[in-house]
Amino acid sequence: MENLKAKAYALRQDVVNMIMSGKGGHIGGDMSIMETLVTLYFNEMNISPENQHDPSRDKFVMSKGHCVEALYAVLAAKGFFPIEEVIEKFSKFGSPFIGHPNNKLPGIEMNSGSLGHGLPVAVGMAIAEKMNKSSARVYVVMGDGELAEGSVWEGAMSATHYNLDNLCAIVDRNRLQISGSTEDVMHQDSIEKRFESFGWNVLSVNGNDVDALKEAFETAKTVKGRPTLVVANTTKGLGSAVMENKASWHHHVPSAEEYEQIMKDLKEREEAALHE
Amino acid sequence: MNKIHNRQVICDVLMEHAKEDKDIVVLCSDSRGSASMTGFANTYPEQFVEVGIAEQDLVGISAGLAKCGKKPYAASPACFLTTRSYEQAKVDCAYSNTNVKLIGISGGISYGALGMSHHSAQDIAAMSAIPNMRVYLPSDRHQTRHLTEALLQDEKPAYIRVGRNPVEDVYTEDNCPFEMDKATVLCKGTDVLIVACGELVRPSFAAASILAKKGIKSTVMDMYCVKPLDKEGLLREAKGVKAVITVEEHSPFGGLGSMVAQVISANDPKKVINLSLPDAPVITGNSQEVFDYYGLNAEGIAKTAEEALK
Ligand SMILES: Cc1ncc(C[n+]2csc(CCOP(=O)(O)OP(=O)(O)O)c2C)c(N)n1
Repeated sequence: MENLKAKAYALRQDVVNMIMSGKGGHIGGDMSIMETLVTLYFNEMNISPENQHDPSRDKFVMSKGHCVEALYAVLAAKGFFPIEEVIEKFSKFGSPFIGHPNNKLPGIEMNSGSLGHGLPVAVGMAIAEKMNKSSARVYVVMGDGELAEGSVWEGAMSATHYNLDNLCAIVDRNRLQISGSTEDVMHQDSIEKRFESFGWNVLSVNGNDVDALKEAFETAKTVKGRPTLVVANTTKGLGSAVMENKASWHHHVPSAEEYEQIMKDLKEREEAALHE
Repeated sequence: MNKIHNRQVICDVLMEHAKEDKDIVVLCSDSRGSASMTGFANTYPEQFVEVGIAEQDLVGISAGLAKCGKKPYAASPACFLTTRSYEQAKVDCAYSNTNVKLIGISGGISYGALGMSHHSAQDIAAMSAIPNMRVYLPSDRHQTRHLTEALLQDEKPAYIRVGRNPVEDVYTEDNCPFEMDKATVLCKGTDVLIVACGELVRPSFAAASILAKKGIKSTVMDMYCVKPLDKEGLLREAKGVKAVITVEEHSPFGGLGSMVAQVISANDPKKVINLSLPDAPVITGNSQEVFDYYGLNAEGIAKTAEEALK
């Protein structure tokens, strides 16, 4: 069994290298969502370069598309494209590796970047899988700031109306967005109660804990007749004290010194996870 | 090298007036930093409304504020402001005729490598097609100041698009001729007329110098008022020239080029060539790289003009 905790810290290093190379990217949200992506791609979903065109594959939508760097790192680790190429070309002139998901690239289903699109699209996918009598499951990752978009709630409504138990949405509850704390910008508490009132099965877990996420995704599969929301309670910028829990690191590009420190911290945590 | 963003100038002007005019309200959708509105939010917190990442709410709330006597300025990335909130702009601002000023920041392809979701290459077409909506693309910080001052004086909806990065000056503080809804003529010549808006006015003006060296005389018009288009000025300057070139950071359809071509073909038919972005997601790159790639720089504009005259 692969050590996914260590993997999450290793892939964070790829993310940081991408951001240094492309001189842009959304580092804070990349770091908070990493365990979710690693758990989904390496433990949960049947998605790989081999089955990417098989209609029965699980489907994934990165609704908080600005955290594409984390997705690139995970897709590269899955073998969809070489990580060296992503790091070299990210955000550069003429590059296919742009700052949001783009389905000209292998492994990416839907283009995103404008927040609030993912859930309705995932609802459509989940309805189609039911129509197709497919056992494929649909996963969508949203930001907590993103939940301010009305379209999220339209999607939330239709997901329960159509009893979409093949749909699992994840909210990266890192409590920060660009302008500061989500609670100051447009308060969210309680996401759990809001989704429950829409009829969802809601699980609230430590979103930077691979074991907790595994358990949540397994539980979600057993719930019949309604969709599941996993509130992944996370730390934005997780991996180094330099960037943890700082709104200003939403899309900050590290300085040379910051880079050194972050990489050192990430390596240390990777090591620690390996020997846990 | 100018370091002052057009968006910063809008904030400066609003702050100067907000001190006296308590009806001025700025609204943002988790966009105060990118809109350069943090200064306003911190200085006049009681005249600032944050709506979170909810652009439809942003424009709807603005319309409600306007109906009750406020002067709302809703500042959000142009891509989301003009497409996500399109219906609010159409129904709540234009149709209901509320005094909402929509400030589209990081317009055109300013967001570069962030891709098509973040580009607003259809905002001129979309907003211009709404009756009672005006569309302005100022070319530099000095013109942005005059335009913002002028818009404070009226009570009708308008959409203003500015880019993300500071742009080189076209005018100077002391020499920035400005008349509301009248294009500014930057230089005059009898061979070709170049009509541009927004960030591409400056390279169009530079193209005139390249053409002059080749003995081609050109008129360059800064059509910051894309709607209402300055038809009178356009026909006046188009008179006698052999070709008209339009230059814009927009899709080939429904923008400045389409509007200029409509006026010219109906009144003074001659060759009109539209320089624009392609009808496709643009190549990954920063603004300058993208402009260079599609010939939207001084050399490219001059070359197009030269060929049009052949
Ligand atoms: C419709 C839309 N409005 C605005 C933006 C600009 N934007 C990009 S990221 C972001 C903040 C996202 O916050 P959150 O959803 O909490 O994500 P995270 O903190 O996980 O990065 C905003 C406002 C956008 N991408 N889409």
